[in-house]
Amino acid sequence: MRLDVILRVVTKFILPFMMVFAIYVQFHGDYSAGGGFQAGVIAAATVILYALIYGLTAAKRIVTATMVEAMIPLGVLIYAGVGVVGWLTGSNFLDYSHLAHDQVHGQEWGVFLVEAGVFVTVSATMVAIFYAFAGRGRR
Amino acid sequence: MSEHLPALQVVVPLFGALLAALVRRPWPAWLITVVVSIAVLVISAMLLVRVLDEGVISYHLGGWDPTIGIEYRVDIVNALILLLVSAVAAVIAPFARLSVLSEVPEDRIGWFYSMYLVALAGLLGIAITGDAFNAFVFLEVSSLSSYALIAMGRDRRALVAAYQYLIMGTIGATFYVIGVGLLYTMTGTLNLGLIADRLADVESTRSVLVALAFIFVGISLKLALFPLHYWLPNAYAYAPSVATVFLAATATKVAIYLFARFVFSVFGAGFVFADLPVTPVLVTLSVAAIFGAATVAVFQSDVKRMFAYSSVGQIGYITLGLALATVTGLTGGLVHLLNHAIIKAAIFMGLGAVFFRVGGIEFKDIAGIGRRMPITMSAIGIACLSLIGVPGTAGFVSKWYLIVASIEVGWWWLGFLIVLSSMLTVLYVGRFFECVWFREPSPEAATATEPPFEMLVPICLLAAATVYFGIDTELTAGMAQRAATALLEGLR
Repeated sequence: MRLDVILRVVTKFILPFMMVFAIYVQFHGDYSAGGGFQAGVIAAATVILYALIYGLTAAKRIVTATMVEAMIPLGVLIYAGVGVVGWLTGSNFLDYSHLAHDQVHGQEWGVFLVEAGVFVTVSATMVAIFYAFAGRGRR
Repeated sequence: MSEHLPALQVVVPLFGALLAALVRRPWPAWLITVVVSIAVLVISAMLLVRVLDEGVISYHLGGWDPTIGIEYRVDIVNALILLLVSAVAAVIAPFARLSVLSEVPEDRIGWFYSMYLVALAGLLGIAITGDAFNAFVFLEVSSLSSYALIAMGRDRRALVAAYQYLIMGTIGATFYVIGVGLLYTMTGTLNLGLIADRLADVESTRSVLVALAFIFVGISLKLALFPLHYWLPNAYAYAPSVATVFLAATATKVAIYLFARFVFSVFGAGFVFADLPVTPVLVTLSVAAIFGAATVAVFQSDVKRMFAYSSVGQIGYITLGLALATVTGLTGGLVHLLNHAIIKAAIFMGLGAVFFRVGGIEFKDIAGIGRRMPITMSAIGIACLSLIGVPGTAGFVSKWYLIVASIEVGWWWLGFLIVLSSMLTVLYVGRFFECVWFREPSPEAATATEPPFEMLVPICLLAAATVYFGIDTELTAGMAQRAATALLEGLR
């Protein structure tokens, strides 16, 4: 895509907005449709778009394969870790009631952190799947 | 901490899987697997002791009430299954290091152990949960990781086998979740105990019948009930040895547990077996599995495939026990579930050791191997005798219960068929014995030696267990009888 000036320039313009939209969907998941899964897919789409226009090698320089493969278990670790914190506060596994000063805020914090874990794993998995397909036959 | 044991049972292997995926080096990943396997064994043993002392344990995940949240519910039935799965995992762990190192490409070993531990977490999750939808999630967790495990086999046919299993397994899981969805619309809950309570009012509706049919077929695919067993022989034959041992010993067994849980605890034996013609259907399919699979097994050229077909047949005995729906029959089925898990783990682990030394597992590769690897082959031999049901071995105990159960309900011909099917087992096991002990060694086999100590000990331990549980039946038959009684009482 070296010669498609329009595509290259527009991509550069659109990437930050996509990222902001991903963050919006992530944080607005509490009040409207959205959440970690959708936001993760949108965030992964920015990487995929960049790879489509500028090439897989360029994308892998920014989001390395090692980083992606570490992020996949890391997100689940965040999710399960929040559950374990529930144990440390004296309640059951995945019980967020005692994470903050009162129950409602505790639940809000718990879901917020868990959604962050979902975001990390989903975005990394999407990118990993794309890398796996795009990287076929390159070795 | 002991009140959190039910959650720990699943969380510990899950964390192990995450750590294994993060470290990615073969040796630390294996070490994590060993530690996790021992930990889950300790947890499940503690759970069983607590269940025996105090009765049913209920754990509310996230502190939510069972009407809206997920409940982990441990009674004697699933405490036994949890102990089986974690014990098998603990025996496999020391064996795994060298076997995985020789069969899986080095850059994938970390992922292999990660997937293995995810599968372990999934299977333990299915067994421990008291929530129908949570069971579906864990079913998918364990299945998806098993597909990956199978696909990591050295042979390219492993990919096709994994794909076959993926398609069949997904259909099975879909059917299951359709059934659960119908139950949810009829009862308004996903908790197994509450479904059982509320089902009495809507029992005669068509939706409940359809739900039963979908769940029956869906789980039957997962447990490889004849004629839905098509995925199993290839999956077992081409998977890495460690994955074969683990899946053969646990995956289908946990699916059978889920089946028994739905049929007896949720729908109730009275509804399924007395009001509906499930008994003749299940007995026919079980007998067809026993005879059909054993006949096919006789003609296999790959030893792993042969024993995989044998597994399909042995599952037939277990479902036969369930189909009789009496205390003795159910005891026979459950005891065979435990015994067959140990027997097949011993056999596949022994074959894994042979593969480690010889590099092939066709009949032509392993001709005359008995002279070079006498201890391994004797261990497999003992397990095979148990598979036939020779008195003094574990297999005899379970077949005895099944025969007694069929005579109790007045079907003496069924007892006769069980004895007759043992003759078929003698045929294919005999063919294996003849090849291994009496033929001239093949070039590959002539230079083979006994596997290293760390592989030999787990194999001998499992072989010894098949003999031990043939003599002291307190842990297997005694517990299975209590579990059978508990299942027949239902959750209502």
